[in-house]
Amino acid sequence: MEKERILEVKDLRISFRTQQGILKAVRGINFELFKGETLAIVGESGSGKSVTSRAIMGISAGNSIHEGGSIYYYNSGIKSFHQVEDSEHAEEEDIIDLMKIDEEHFHKLRGTKISMIFQDPMSSLNPIMKIGKQVSEALYLKLGLSKSEAKVRAIELMNDVGISEPEKRFYQYPFQFSGGMIQRMVIAIALANNAEILICDEPTTALDVTIQAQILELINKKKTERNLSIIFITHDLGVVANMADRVAVMYAGKIVEVGTVDEIFYNPKHPYTWALLSAIPDLDSKETLFAIPGTPPDLHFPPAGDAFAPRNKYAMQIDFEEEPPMFKISETHYAATWLLHPDAPKVEMPSNLKNRIERNLKKARKGA
Amino acid sequence: MEKLLEVKHLKQYFKAGSGKRKLFVKAVDDISFDIYKGEVFGMVGESGCGKTTTGRSIIKLYDATDGEVYFGGKRIGGGIASMIETIKAAKVKAAKEIVGYQPAKLAKAQIIQEAEAQLAQIDPKDIEHVQIVKREKAQKMADLKAKIQADPTKFADNQAEIDKIKAELRTLINVERNKITALKKDNAFRGETLETMKKIQMIFQDPISSLNPRMTVREIIAEGLVVSGVKDRKYIDERVSHFLRVVGLLPEHAFRYPHEFSGGQRQRIGIARALIVEPELLIADEPISALDVSIRAQVINLLKNLQKEYNLTIMFIAHDLSVVKYFSDRIAVMYYGHMVELASSELLFRHPLHQYTKSLLSAIPLPDPHYEKTRKRFTYNPACHNYSATNKPSFVEIEPGHWIMASPSEIEQFKVEMAQSDKDFFEKLTEK
Repeated sequence: MEKERILEVKDLRISFRTQQGILKAVRGINFELFKGETLAIVGESGSGKSVTSRAIMGISAGNSIHEGGSIYYYNSGIKSFHQVEDSEHAEEEDIIDLMKIDEEHFHKLRGTKISMIFQDPMSSLNPIMKIGKQVSEALYLKLGLSKSEAKVRAIELMNDVGISEPEKRFYQYPFQFSGGMIQRMVIAIALANNAEILICDEPTTALDVTIQAQILELINKKKTERNLSIIFITHDLGVVANMADRVAVMYAGKIVEVGTVDEIFYNPKHPYTWALLSAIPDLDSKETLFAIPGTPPDLHFPPAGDAFAPRNKYAMQIDFEEEPPMFKISETHYAATWLLHPDAPKVEMPSNLKNRIERNLKKARKGA
Repeated sequence: MEKLLEVKHLKQYFKAGSGKRKLFVKAVDDISFDIYKGEVFGMVGESGCGKTTTGRSIIKLYDATDGEVYFGGKRIGGGIASMIETIKAAKVKAAKEIVGYQPAKLAKAQIIQEAEAQLAQIDPKDIEHVQIVKREKAQKMADLKAKIQADPTKFADNQAEIDKIKAELRTLINVERNKITALKKDNAFRGETLETMKKIQMIFQDPISSLNPRMTVREIIAEGLVVSGVKDRKYIDERVSHFLRVVGLLPEHAFRYPHEFSGGQRQRIGIARALIVEPELLIADEPISALDVSIRAQVINLLKNLQKEYNLTIMFIAHDLSVVKYFSDRIAVMYYGHMVELASSELLFRHPLHQYTKSLLSAIPLPDPHYEKTRKRFTYNPACHNYSATNKPSFVEIEPGHWIMASPSEIEQFKVEMAQSDKDFFEKLTEK
């Protein structure tokens, strides 16, 4: 069955005006999001993952510059005057370019179609407003429910995300909740209006492992219940392995590798993905960890060629001169590295990583 | 193996609120463990379980409430709460005993007690009744006085016994007071304690807020030497550039300010600052939590190399279990101020026993999609232990090097479990 496309990001470029000059945060990225799947975006801080997600939500910072590219939203069900001009059948196909529509139209999408969960649960709720009011606010402002209806629905929602005694909790303030419970509340609010796309911006980074596992289970449950499409942003590869159907690896404002979760974890091709995977220990690792030397490039002056080249021991001359295109490995798996060029020398992934992947695959086969 | 650090019944309480609402937060509640020379001792647990507080109490950033800390056989810190408790209890006990030897006082106390018991049953607004009880009490008192006057020898105090009790109490208080003075002397940052304390250094979690933004890197790193009285500028410069090179920075960096560095480099500065006084024990309080994935491995590798090179002992506090497993020789698991399990990292992962440890281990995210998608998570419910007055938990050594907080009935159960998992483990080994 052909998967239904819901979001497409095309050659998106976003920069920021800063005191040091123009900072090129996102430098031309392409990806698609299908209905009912989880796309994880992985990368270190400053790689542009949050900037991308904020652009999709339409909440980019004031000093951002949209340099080009579009974000197409398919079948929104909302008629808009700002449909895609270059598509012939825009009217029938119902495509919106999120980078072009104005705030008034975005209002109809934000919260009802696209929702977001932020990293720090403590600061994403209003500390001087009762929890119940914050949940039902979303309901009566967006769906036009009466306040009493909204309250009934809000208590249902709280029950739904696993808050015990929702009637009592309805009248409490955020400081009376623990971090994990607040994150549950934030999820309840984000899903209050039956959003189709949920953007999770490092939702568990501030939480403990056990609480993190609970929240991830909750998100996964909601995803299957409602056939949600999720964009999951994180730098924790363990969490990615748990959540994602597909993974996009970002480095210095570009996607360097994209593929299904099995392809990325069991058959990675880009040296940066290798480095990321071998930089974290798993429970069986005993050998010295591979440390990526150096630091990420300053995006005020984006380097010519492959941005990862200065930290990459496999880098060739061409990596410093010309940007690598996306090479196709399989239908779903692409990577931007010159190593995949037919003329490039054959380079194997680091042996540590190879051993680990083989170990994991063996376990997987045994289990299956 | 040689014990480097010994922690005995350490307690760290924090006062919260005042007056009637005053309560004690038991951040660390009676934990005991040893750290051996040259090992990496990992400490895990959820946030708020007291792992950071333990580290800070050891290095005496907090004044411990109770218990003792020994470093290399010498006591460097401790709390006096238990001694004060002993004195108080002894005073109360002595007072009770003394009354037993004072017949007149005892009789009076009895009358007052009876009257009070009666009053408690009556509604205080019922004035008539209250008056009657009070009159009765006064009458009884008068009778007693008359009796005493009639026969004073019968009601005389047994002074000899009382003096004996008082003397006993005095010696006991003196013993405890001497203990307190000795402890306070050991606690003070003076003399031998000061010299010993230099051998313990700490690395903090947040590399941004733990460095003073108005000091240059040279000043930050050299501060430890300056404070301990080194004045030779040339020597200081030499040491600073040496340790900058040790942690993978350049001597030129000495004249920059912290804000000019990235997170990983700042953490290196923090490590250099800790190393310059040549410590034997390094307390690393979540040194990698605030760092980016690609930088974490750099810092872990650096700490690992330093540990080998300088034969450091490291107490590694973290909540990332896969890193702790990778890095540590022994791991302690903490839960709500108690240490629930302590074992070598191999044993702990082969057969975790405590329910909390199991839940913690089952929640570790691993970069392996197949494992992640088939994982069964185990939830911990503190009520599952069925602890009671007769079935109390204690911290016991269930097998050599494996300590666990468990009640007697649980220990039996754990032993069966352990034998089974060991059997499975060795079967797997032979299979291969």
